[in-house]
Amino acid sequence: MSDASSRIGEIVNANDIVLFMKGTALFPQCGFSSRAVAILDRLGAKYETVDVLQDPDVRQGIKEYSDWPTIPQLYVKGEFVGGSDIMMEMFESGELQQLVGAEA
Amino acid sequence: MPMAASEIEQLIKAAIPDAEIAIRDLAGDGDHYAARVVSKSFAGMSRIKQHQTVYSALGGRVGGELHALQLETAVPNTETISE
Repeated sequence: MSDASSRIGEIVNANDIVLFMKGTALFPQCGFSSRAVAILDRLGAKYETVDVLQDPDVRQGIKEYSDWPTIPQLYVKGEFVGGSDIMMEMFESGELQQLVGAEA
Repeated sequence: MPMAASEIEQLIKAAIPDAEIAIRDLAGDGDHYAARVVSKSFAGMSRIKQHQTVYSALGGRVGGELHALQLETAVPNTETISE
C-alpha cells in the first residue's frame, strides 16, 4: 500500500462524511465539486473536505483508492458513496439524506 | 484533448453491446459531455459498479483525455437497482 493510499485511508476512517474535491467548500475549483458541495449543504450535513489540488499524491491516490477516475468523491463512514452524479441521483431519491443522517 | 461523441458511443457499445446510449455535448467544446447509458447488464449492480463499467469501457480516458462526463446509468424499464 502506497503512502498516499494509507493517508487517504486514515482520512476516510477518521471522518464520518468527507468529500475529496477540487478547491474548498467556499471556493470550489470545478463545477462537479461545486455541485457536490451544494448537495451536502442543502442536506445540512456536517462534512470535511480535502482539496486534492493541494496534494498531487492524494489527487492521484484517491483515483486508485476506489478505482474511480474522477473527483469529487464522497465517503460516508469509511465507505465510498460515489461522485457528483451518483450524489445527485441519491439526493433526488432521498437516499443521500438517509445516509448522511441529516434532518433537513 | 477533445473527443467526438461518436467515439465515446463506440467505445461504450464495444464493451456493453446491448447499451442504449444518449450523449449530449454540454459545452460544445468536445470536452464536456453528459451520457445516459441503459443496459440490462446493469441489473443487480450497485450504482458505483455501473459507473465503473462505463468508465472502464472508456479505457482510462475519463478524468484525463475526457475531462468531464456527466453520467447516468439505468436498467431498461425499471428503477435503477442500487444494492
